[in-house]
Amino acid sequence: MGKNYETVIGLEVHVELATKTKIFCGCSTAFGGAPNTHTCPVCTGMPGSLPVLNKQVLEYAVAVGLATNCDITQYCKFDRKNYFYPDNPQNYQISQLYLPICRNGYVEIETENGTKDIGIHEIHMEEDAGKLIHDEWDDCSYVDYNRSGVPLIEIVSEPDMRSADEVIAYLEKLKMIVQYLGASDCKLQEGSMRADVNLSIREVGAKEFGTRTEMKNLNSFKAIRRAIEGETERQIDIIESGEKVIQETRRWDDNEGESYAMRSKEDAQDYRYFPDPDLVPISLSDEFLDEIKSRQPEFRNEKMARYMEEYKLPEYDVNIITESKKMADIFENTVAIGADPKKVSNYLMGETMRILKEKEMDPQDISFKPEALAKLIKLQESKAINGKVAKDVFEVLFFEDIDPEKYVEEKGLKTVNDEGALRKVVEEVIKNNPQSVEDYHNGKEKAIGFLVGQTMKAMQGKADPASVNAMLKEFL
Amino acid sequence: MANVISDETIEYVGILAKLELSSSEKEEAKSDMGRMLDYIDKLGELNTDGIEPMSHVFPVKNVWREDVVTNGDDRDNIISNAPGEKDGMFEVPKTFE
Ligand SMILES: [Zn+2]
Repeated sequence: MGKNYETVIGLEVHVELATKTKIFCGCSTAFGGAPNTHTCPVCTGMPGSLPVLNKQVLEYAVAVGLATNCDITQYCKFDRKNYFYPDNPQNYQISQLYLPICRNGYVEIETENGTKDIGIHEIHMEEDAGKLIHDEWDDCSYVDYNRSGVPLIEIVSEPDMRSADEVIAYLEKLKMIVQYLGASDCKLQEGSMRADVNLSIREVGAKEFGTRTEMKNLNSFKAIRRAIEGETERQIDIIESGEKVIQETRRWDDNEGESYAMRSKEDAQDYRYFPDPDLVPISLSDEFLDEIKSRQPEFRNEKMARYMEEYKLPEYDVNIITESKKMADIFENTVAIGADPKKVSNYLMGETMRILKEKEMDPQDISFKPEALAKLIKLQESKAINGKVAKDVFEVLFFEDIDPEKYVEEKGLKTVNDEGALRKVVEEVIKNNPQSVEDYHNGKEKAIGFLVGQTMKAMQGKADPASVNAMLKEFL
Repeated sequence: MANVISDETIEYVGILAKLELSSSEKEEAKSDMGRMLDYIDKLGELNTDGIEPMSHVFPVKNVWREDVVTNGDDRDNIISNAPGEKDGMFEVPKTFE
């Protein structure tokens, strides 16, 4: 005991690209189709079928490579990775081994000790496998090939991370870049972003890496964190007890909070890669790369600078609303139809973030329309509704497709601007609360707050608090 | 034949290729593979300095398609090639990870 260990982590991240069709055939990539309704001879590996590369896959892969500071391999090709498994109908996966599309990149992450570059070894294009379904009571397994041939990029990092925090920061960064590019929605829970964690332990100061394990089945940031902590502990225990870590693939069980070695397939992992003769090489011209470069979107840093300059928003706001492309899009679209930037920003930073957190939702899941938020803000600006009502309506609008104007009208939530009615209620409240009135006259400014509250209650929340306050003061 | 394929190698290759070979087939495959490797060795005698490795025999490149859905639901045809079928899925021997 007493030794200091260091955790060394590298990541293999698979990202499902947001194309309409599969990587090598014209089948739809849409989710939710009945089994095998999005299949053809190519993606079910029928003999004699010929794959043809989807140009959009290439463009997304290059765009991600450029955004992560990679060198683009201008002459690249596809290779076959050979293995037998029923979810892989060709008995090989089309991938890239010898000349991956992107190499030698990096992304910058924030750590508690400042910024740090995480190296990207390579990014390659490949196809996804089908889905195997097991029935406990059956002697058979069943295969749905709808996902077979869906395009993926695999982003392989260098072993540059040293903690779960760094891993999460790196994943968040990748996710943001890919989302800003519109190349994927990157949802871990739904599998459109998957991370395999390669982890080893060594004594602090050691030059050599320890033996690493690879962990799979990590479906959330929480699971990734727990798995890293669990595996670090497991490997330290092994080393401390004088034994050796075995290089193996382990499956994380998040319910048990434990990983276990996956039964190694009886065949050795010998993939016998070789160039795929069905696919001709790719030769990217400088013009092709320039074209993609010119289409790169405005990334977060540029957006932040512009929001501060153009909309005069504080840095604090800008930091939050540019964290996801989705949020930034909602902001821009709502402002574009005339809503006040600061007010839009307040709704996004405040209510929206609160609901997302409460419901454990991702900004990607936001479905309300910019028009709805703009209308709500207008209603509040014109004092047709007060702040409290506006917040309640926002909560409804967040989950349901409502027209705030109609909703407010139908539910009778409009502020009562009838001065006569308000005057009557205020008179009543003053009459019924002589103690508060006396306190107020004796210099207890706070007493008026209670009276405002009583008035608002009597008005069923449908009064403008400022007018109530003013009228109370007038009476007092 | 300069290259001699061992019994272990042919056994291993058989496992990778999911082939069960009889002992006479194994002997035949061993000698075939030996001769193939001899041929490859011959190629190795050539001077290939400064020559890019070839990845494709045809001088063709950049064959791409646009990202447009062209295939509809052809499940019945596809499934007719399956060894077995249930609820629109391919039925295969029970397979675990
Ligand atoms: Zn297909």
